[in-house]
Amino acid sequence: MIKVQKQKINISEENKKLLKKKIGAVVNFIGVARPKNSSGKIQYIEIEHYPVMTEKKIKEIEIYVTKKWKLNNCIIIHRYGKIKPGENIVYVGTAAQHRNNAFRACEFIIDYLKVKAPFWKIEQQKNKKIFVKSKKKDEKKIKINY
Amino acid sequence: MKIIYFSWLKETLGTSEENIKPPANIKNIDNLIKWLSTKSTKHRKVFLKSKSIRCAINHQIVNKSSKIKNKDEIAFFPPFTGG
Repeated sequence: MIKVQKQKINISEENKKLLKKKIGAVVNFIGVARPKNSSGKIQYIEIEHYPVMTEKKIKEIEIYVTKKWKLNNCIIIHRYGKIKPGENIVYVGTAAQHRNNAFRACEFIIDYLKVKAPFWKIEQQKNKKIFVKSKKKDEKKIKINY
Repeated sequence: MKIIYFSWLKETLGTSEENIKPPANIKNIDNLIKWLSTKSTKHRKVFLKSKSIRCAINHQIVNKSSKIKNKDEIAFFPPFTGG
């Protein structure tokens, strides 16, 4: 299941959907907005995305990881809009028969979301707006795995 | 042809989209970037950084040699920073 939404993610509700009788492991990843970075305090971040393409790219990865790591279930939720420090940004939940598959799939999805899904972050500081740049190490990571 | 801009490109141009009618000799993304660069100083400023700009045609990531058609939706944006 995938969702791209403005509102906060209800983590416990989503996690409950993964806890079914036939599975052996559930892994949750929650991305959280930081209160500061190396250049200063962040008032809020703003996430922009490209509707239709975003859903398409996330769906692609959901299908890919479900098959590759034999997942029983997979939930990917990414927020957009204004997000305050401490609030969740993204939720990835994977359920599988064995923990190794659930871990690998979860890690792969979040790496993918960083560089392959059309989201852009802006950090709003007191007197300046910073367009967050993608990191080379993140791009390299997904090239190796995908 | 619909052109959509995201992130700092949108900010620099002051608009998120525009409808354009490029001349017939504009056949691919590279031609389009060069043509758009001549539209205004803001466009020039944006496309001067064309090496760091990515592109999609109808929601599909493409490279700069990809062919374009009149009814395409073309998006320009910087590398993604989700997650």
